[in-house]
Amino acid sequence: MKDLLGLEALTPAQIEHILDVARPMKSLFTRSIKKVPALRGKTVALLFFEASTRTRSSFELAAKRLSADTLSFAASTSSVTKGESLLDTAKTYEAMKVDFMVIRHAASGAPELVAQAVKARVINAGDGSHEHPTQGLLDIYTILEKKKRLDGLKVVIVGDILHSRVARSNLWGLTKLGAHVTVCGPATLIPAGLPEVFGPKVTVATRLDEALEGADVINVLRLQRERQQGDYFPTVREYTELFGLNTDRLRKAKPDCLVLHPGPMNRGVEISSEVADGPRSMILEQVTNGIAVRMAVLYVFANPEGLPATPPDGKQAAKAVTALKALE
Amino acid sequence: MTAKRLFNEAEVRAAIGDIARGIYQRVPPPRSGWAIVGIQRRGVPLAQRLARALEELGAPALPVGSLDITFYRDDMGETALHPVVHETELSFDLSGKILFLVDDVLYTGRTIRSALNELMDFGRPSRIYLVALVDRGHRELPIQADFVGKTVPTQKEERVDIHLTEIDGDDGVWLSPRAVKTA
Repeated sequence: MKDLLGLEALTPAQIEHILDVARPMKSLFTRSIKKVPALRGKTVALLFFEASTRTRSSFELAAKRLSADTLSFAASTSSVTKGESLLDTAKTYEAMKVDFMVIRHAASGAPELVAQAVKARVINAGDGSHEHPTQGLLDIYTILEKKKRLDGLKVVIVGDILHSRVARSNLWGLTKLGAHVTVCGPATLIPAGLPEVFGPKVTVATRLDEALEGADVINVLRLQRERQQGDYFPTVREYTELFGLNTDRLRKAKPDCLVLHPGPMNRGVEISSEVADGPRSMILEQVTNGIAVRMAVLYVFANPEGLPATPPDGKQAAKAVTALKALE
Repeated sequence: MTAKRLFNEAEVRAAIGDIARGIYQRVPPPRSGWAIVGIQRRGVPLAQRLARALEELGAPALPVGSLDITFYRDDMGETALHPVVHETELSFDLSGKILFLVDDVLYTGRTIRSALNELMDFGRPSRIYLVALVDRGHRELPIQADFVGKTVPTQKEERVDIHLTEIDGDDGVWLSPRAVKTA
């Protein structure tokens, strides 16, 4: 596989392979020299056509810790303001012989369009309301690190599901690895037909209190006011009243329930400060894990064939040794 | 088509004992600054066994670490390899240590080159000795082992497989033509 456009296209084994590589990447962070030479000589272009601080910093640091060179680009200060098209911009970077293009774009499908036009590897860093695969991977990594498994876990995703690429990548990744997902939010912000697309592991709830019962993980989405061009709910205050996560609500979930948020937070809107800064909050852990996961993605896709169709299985590698003995 | 056994279980154990005695006799004291680092994967149990053998000879308890050199390889982007990455665990300070770097098979020397680069990112050992259970020749870099269990002349297309109880369930060293797959 040449490009990482979304988790929809990945097999469970491919997702697990990336997570397996992310673990040793994370252990690099405790060294005094956090940099390894794995991608020395490679160039990663960060093409962010939409505002982003944390994802871009995360990818940049991930590339640098692998010794790759990075090239930054912000749409607001580039030729895009002079009317250059997406493909012309991409081909310009292709002509500069970059190895990776990490693309953030407001239009769903933009990274795919570029991926078809260039030889460089394209990593989707969030496109419209389609997918944000590395966010999905880092959320799954964070859950797995604490819970050790996904199979049978109950994960609640609360917020604006309709516009959320984070929700879509989470839904694909979590269901592929066996978790049950309940999506919750105002009925106007939940797309129709979710169980038909994602299968029977996905249920829809419009009352957060009920959805939280027995939850192992809550992923709170940011209320993206900039994406809502319409009246999806009466007021922000009412949204907080019905869907904001606070300490009282959190009691309905399991006592060891993890709280995730992709950031940036609207404190006091979708999440209370008490929960965000509380002991179950994984929010800063997610930021750390994000670098490890993005390092793993760059590393795995740097191979000539990209992400392998059938990656090696760490657990089975140890078992495959009996054949020789039989040949004696 | 058949694999040839170079070492049986007793011979693997004896080889580790020989290496330990060689180190104990030839490497000058003090032994308090000694530490052992095994290269993932089969260098790690070898390092642990070597530490035990040295302790039985009278060395003090030796710190043992593991090193995964995957991110330090020099063939990324040239071969379609998707190695299983293991963790590097070096919980002691390398600076000033006498290090014994342990690998199962010494071949091109490129793994050792990577391991040395990685070790230097952790600290500055005062000396590094290279230990290998089997030296099969065909070096591509000017690297030689200080302590070897067995030197085996091989063809480039042959493969040498080391079995260790901790990983494979039994001990042994095997030489096989390329056509034979163990995995």
